[in-house]
Amino acid sequence: MSVPGELQYTKTHEWVRIEGETATVGITEHAQDELGDVVFVELPESGRTLDAGEAFGAVESVKAVSDLYAPLPGEVVEVNESLGDNPEKINEDPYGEGWILKLRVSGEADLLSAEDYENFLKETE
Amino acid sequence: MAEGTLRRTPLFEEHRALGARLVPFAGWEMPVQYEGIKAEHEAVRERAGLFDVSHMGEVTFTGPQAEEAVQRLVTRDVSRLSPGQAGYAAVCYEDGGTVDDVLVYRTPDGFLVVVNAANREGDVSYFLEHTEDLDVEVKDESDDWALLALQGPEAASILGRFTETDLSSLGYYRYEVGEVGGRYALISRTGYTGEDGFELYVRPDKAPAIWKDLVGAGATPTGLGARDTLRLEAGMCLYGNELDAETTPLEAGIGFAVHLEKPVEFVGQEALRREKEEGLRKKLVGFEVEGRGIARHGHEVASGGEVVGEVTSGTLSPTLNRAIGLALVEPDVEDSFKVVIRGKAVAARAVGLPFYKRAR
Repeated sequence: MSVPGELQYTKTHEWVRIEGETATVGITEHAQDELGDVVFVELPESGRTLDAGEAFGAVESVKAVSDLYAPLPGEVVEVNESLGDNPEKINEDPYGEGWILKLRVSGEADLLSAEDYENFLKETE
Repeated sequence: MAEGTLRRTPLFEEHRALGARLVPFAGWEMPVQYEGIKAEHEAVRERAGLFDVSHMGEVTFTGPQAEEAVQRLVTRDVSRLSPGQAGYAAVCYEDGGTVDDVLVYRTPDGFLVVVNAANREGDVSYFLEHTEDLDVEVKDESDDWALLALQGPEAASILGRFTETDLSSLGYYRYEVGEVGGRYALISRTGYTGEDGFELYVRPDKAPAIWKDLVGAGATPTGLGARDTLRLEAGMCLYGNELDAETTPLEAGIGFAVHLEKPVEFVGQEALRREKEEGLRKKLVGFEVEGRGIARHGHEVASGGEVVGEVTSGTLSPTLNRAIGLALVEPDVEDSFKVVIRGKAVAARAVGLPFYKRAR
């Protein structure tokens, strides 16, 4: 499973790419593999304010539903609307075209480095 | 259940070699998917898929009063099954609630009753308890059988390469004893997918060779995940979802398997007759979600602000690409209602079953 070194992670299997005050959020390759074929993504409205750890939506596969949690506190500034018609992008390109939303970050949270996340995956296997 | 105690079918090593995702299911370690549920689902609808359903239980009834015993236990009139024929039936409690749903085969010396894995032990006790006074031998033969299901429009052409049995003359819900690749098999034209296909009852030690033959001939290994989406599109019940001790077969919409006028009284017959006269307490409906979201087992059904039922099964239909489901609802619910998906009431509309019917 790929765990890009430049990203940060959560124990709920989201990834975060921080650029300035914007954080792009998605789910990891491990998470999409566990879920299987993603068929539906429930996205929040732009403008919604999230606390770190707050559930903001869900990713559904044919068999399972997995809640999505905000890795950092902030305001939702953009959601990936293209997932509405093409939810399979989460399977095909979880760290690229399968991104889920962008936050304007308003604070801090404990995030895992790529190495920590890889160790966490090994421990929970 | 702890992982160490899970049972494995004779095909476990095949699944592992194919990279299947193995999960606990009804006390067994079973493949939920190999390549992916959508691809496997499509393979069954368009070509052929091969399932390992060896976890299912096989119970035989033999002896002078075998027919009377089965008649007493199941809702179908099995006196009307001719040799070589199978029939779907329910097993009920006295109050009409469902013990299990089963497939009954008339065999040369009695009956073979195929039961759900999760209910196997309970069913066998129930069968014994209700036939104590009869001259019948009830035997749990589950460990003597492996069960493969080959399903899809190409199932007959694939199986035909390995058997002398004339498949073109084998009708739906009929079976013949024959061979697959020179290995003993009860070849049954039945299934749980809404496609043409076969269920092959074979000896456990021969199952891996038969599996490899059929996969080698083009059948796609298909897991329990796709089995569930396929049966749901075909509008078929799953015990534990649509059917349970609180739900009668009439309520679950399988009245076609309930013969209230049969000559031998079956357990639960009086309760079902009464329910039929007085009206159903709830009914099974198929529905499509019209708003956004996917209904799932356990979600509430609401109408006019009241809870009027519960979703028993729901998924995104891979064939239709729409969110579909089955629900048990109050009998007078209108065709437009809401399904409460993670706290949000989403519009849904009742539709006729099955959701998917193959072209013949």
